[in-house]
Amino acid sequence: MSNKLMRPILLKGHERPLTQVKFNREGDLIFSSAKDYQVYSTSNYLITASADFSGKLWKAETGECIYTWNFESPVKRVEYSPDCKKVFFITDHVMGKQGKIQIFDIDFTKPEQESKPILEIINEGDATTKPTTATWSYAGKHIIAGHADGSISKYDSITGEQLEYSTPFKKTITDIQTSSDRTYFVASSKDQTAKLFDIDSWKLLKEYESESPVNAACITPVKDYIILGGGQDARDVTTTGGGEGKFDAKIFHKIFQDVIGRVKGHFGPLNCIAIHPEGTSYVSGGEDGFIRLHHLPKSYFEFQYEVEKTAEALQHQNASSSSSGNEQIEASA
Amino acid sequence: MSVAIPEFDEKSVDISGLDFSDLEEKYDVKAPKMIDNCVICDGAPIAPEAKAPVLKKVLTKLFSPCGKIEDLYLPLENGKTKGYLIIRFSNAIEAAKAVAQLNGKKLDVKHRLLVNKLTDIDEYVLSGKIQDDFEAPEFPPFKEIGHLNSWLLDPKGRDQFLMNFDQSVGVYWYRKNLENEPVIEPRMQWTSTYMKWSPKGKYLFSMFPQGVQSWGGPEFQRIHRHLHPGVRLIDFSPNEKYLVTLSPEPIMDPMELREELRKDYPFKAEDIGKKLVIWDISIGVPVKTFALPPDLENATRMPWPLIKWSYDDKYCARQGPDAVAIYETEKDFQLLDKKLLKIEGVQDFEFAPAGVRLVNSKKTDPLDVIISYWTPETENQSAKVSVMQIPNKAVLRTIPLVQVKDIKLNWHDSGKYLCCNVTRHTKSKKTFFSNLHIFQLFEKDIPVDKVELQELVLNFKWETRSNKFITISKSDKGELAASNLGAESNTTTFFDVEEVRVGTGKNLTTLKKWVPLTSISNSFEDISWAPQGRFVILTSFGLASTQLKFYDVEFDGDKPKDQNKKVQSNLKLLTTHNFAGLCELQWESSGRFVTAVSSTWKTKVNNGYTIYDCAGHVLKEEQIDAFKEFQWRPRPESLLTSSDKKRVRKNLKEYAAQFEESDTMDTNAALRELILKRKQLLAEWTEYRSNTVANLASLNLPDHKGTVAEETIETIKEVVLEEHEEVVE
Repeated sequence: MSNKLMRPILLKGHERPLTQVKFNREGDLIFSSAKDYQVYSTSNYLITASADFSGKLWKAETGECIYTWNFESPVKRVEYSPDCKKVFFITDHVMGKQGKIQIFDIDFTKPEQESKPILEIINEGDATTKPTTATWSYAGKHIIAGHADGSISKYDSITGEQLEYSTPFKKTITDIQTSSDRTYFVASSKDQTAKLFDIDSWKLLKEYESESPVNAACITPVKDYIILGGGQDARDVTTTGGGEGKFDAKIFHKIFQDVIGRVKGHFGPLNCIAIHPEGTSYVSGGEDGFIRLHHLPKSYFEFQYEVEKTAEALQHQNASSSSSGNEQIEASA
Repeated sequence: MSVAIPEFDEKSVDISGLDFSDLEEKYDVKAPKMIDNCVICDGAPIAPEAKAPVLKKVLTKLFSPCGKIEDLYLPLENGKTKGYLIIRFSNAIEAAKAVAQLNGKKLDVKHRLLVNKLTDIDEYVLSGKIQDDFEAPEFPPFKEIGHLNSWLLDPKGRDQFLMNFDQSVGVYWYRKNLENEPVIEPRMQWTSTYMKWSPKGKYLFSMFPQGVQSWGGPEFQRIHRHLHPGVRLIDFSPNEKYLVTLSPEPIMDPMELREELRKDYPFKAEDIGKKLVIWDISIGVPVKTFALPPDLENATRMPWPLIKWSYDDKYCARQGPDAVAIYETEKDFQLLDKKLLKIEGVQDFEFAPAGVRLVNSKKTDPLDVIISYWTPETENQSAKVSVMQIPNKAVLRTIPLVQVKDIKLNWHDSGKYLCCNVTRHTKSKKTFFSNLHIFQLFEKDIPVDKVELQELVLNFKWETRSNKFITISKSDKGELAASNLGAESNTTTFFDVEEVRVGTGKNLTTLKKWVPLTSISNSFEDISWAPQGRFVILTSFGLASTQLKFYDVEFDGDKPKDQNKKVQSNLKLLTTHNFAGLCELQWESSGRFVTAVSSTWKTKVNNGYTIYDCAGHVLKEEQIDAFKEFQWRPRPESLLTSSDKKRVRKNLKEYAAQFEESDTMDTNAALRELILKRKQLLAEWTEYRSNTVANLASLNLPDHKGTVAEETIETIKEVVLEEHEEVVE
């Protein structure tokens, strides 16, 4: 895939490094946040998490703040449950406060929201095991969290019980994103890898190796790909001399684990990546302050391994031969 | 000290006690007995004594062609002959000849001679060796050679070809991008000259001084020996039922052979002296033998084939002076209606290569066998080309032609068209030019289209599937022009059909008219169409160096302005290759591949072969010392119905994907591993996903996709219902 085919739309709205980009469910809006915000949204409402110890609920159209939650430490991450009735915030482990995942009931129809969490998942260890990122599983049944020490865990979202815990990475988890049906997820780490896990069985499914820290990873719908974004940390760039080439998004084949494409463009490491719900485009946010919206080219959709072609061909052939067989039976009848 | 050896005295040895009987038996030379020279003949008429001398004279005359009669003993009893006689020849060979030729001979309606060797009476009748009860002979055990068409079951549907080089012959599988894979170990001395596949690829024939051998099955085991000493040329019936062999050596009298050879000798007394043999391939025995026509007896160039076949193997025919002999293969090769087909002055004849569906025949009737022939101009008659239905010998259409020098009959493979390439001379008889007369056999009344050309047609080839053809022609300017021949002296013309409407109202019909699409001037002499049509190669054989030009006549693209707009063909030159020492082009029967061969039999340049695809891309090139032959194994007709073929065409992409994968896997073992691994990964993933999806579905979770996004979109459209324009004055 060449860059020439993919002319991205550059969005320059931030002065500081991007921390999060996100499509709304319909895929017609992109929300982005820089060093000062964390965002999650539906089309009508937006919830932000902020380092100023607060979470805020906004009306997306007007930008009017409806409600504010107050916390004891900076808020790192926020995400609605799939049914939009709950929301979790991850608060940082600083100033003697423990890192927590706090879950709140939420009801958009009311201006006042519950200020007390219905559940708190508290990090019992020190700063090295604090949660860094998390996401909801199918039907909001679990919360999958990534930790600073490279471990991942699965909590029951009702009881808060830790169901699974493992440490498959050597360094901090940077991102966790699920498949569109939320049955499996990709976790990325500073240890230069990303890995695919099944939520139910907690089994490692696939591994993807990069040559620089991975800051974000997403699973593409439509095609069986994984997009990884990352790069040398800004502070290491000058010391490692890798000033060029490592700031690209890499497209892996999800099943065969090979790199099949690269997208260059950012001047600094990619901090976040989000895929359009229909799989037609993706957006990346970089340390350089740019947001790049890439509409995926024809070659992206047409690319197939020989074995995929054959499998598809066989499937198609079986389908068509069985249908034509029926025709013949009908005709003879 | 020395020991004295007593002197040996032969005479002192007593031999009376030794038994020499075994040696005597071993070295006993039996004096030839007169009885070996005698035959006994039974079944002769019983005649009164007075007529005995006459009978003796008749019988002497009958038997004397077999040899010199030394004695003829006709015993008498009660004043009558006894009905048998004993004849003594000068030697045993003559006696054996008499038995072979005259045993079973009918003297008249009532009397049939039974001739046997006199010694046989001793051996079989008097000795009591022969049992009265019938004992079934033992059949030789069945020789298993495997299914003759097993090669068609190759899971990848690959093609086979044979290569004859140096002293050996090998049969190989064709593999894309890879070394040829031998089907069997190449065999040394498999043939003394050339090899030949039967027309549908079931058998492979090899030539030996003593005859032809057929081979087949997965291991290419020998099937039959067709003993025909000195065989030179062989040919087959179209459905590979019969084999025709020709040898310049006349068939020998079996009696002149040594005893042990005689047992397997396939020929009988009536075959003696003949040179042309038709064999049944499946059982390996001769079914008919012919002498050569007298005019070919000492010919240096033999026209071949001498026997021509109907499309269904039911009839075969050969040409004689003023007649064509047509034989019915299923009736013991008897002449059709027991007589020759008399055609005064017949010059040449051809069977239609396929069954013809005549307009007036019923759909349920089998397709007709058609024969075409031509007769030359005489003082008071024009030359004629006729087509005739077989077996009823009805002449369907005849066209008269004048100023004719020669006619070549070119049948289209489908039997639909017959093009007569007529070489005509101008009135001065100094220069020649050509007319093409095209019979349309499937149309009502068999219309004939005439294409008049200024030039002399040297070569003519139908496209195998459609009604297109190509001519290579040259302007004939008499002897004058021969001295200043340019390099580009030939013209290649591509013809196609234009449908012309004629008549009005009810009589409106469309006629086929052959018109040139375009002409190219070049030096080529030969045309080689792909077996499935569309692609054609123009070239010249037998030159030290030549070009191969690959053309597509149904090119899918813009048609150049210089090509005839009224016809559908669109000619495009695809590729040009130079080739040194080209002897032959061999198309694979599907038309995907074509092989250019340089054979050591004809040239010493560039011996070897090159395989191209139909568009002229080089796929494989090999130079082999003393390379003789390359032959693709022919395939029988496809058994797929037209709807099957349609379905394949519809899913071509799907099939292509599978073949590409298997090609890639074949090319490289490492890649093969990788592909197999990927296949497994993909299968595992597909299984994992279908399980997960099924699990998820069993949970009956509500679909949250629409919960938030519910909103009513109201759009207001303004529609102009009516517009009035009022003009206020």
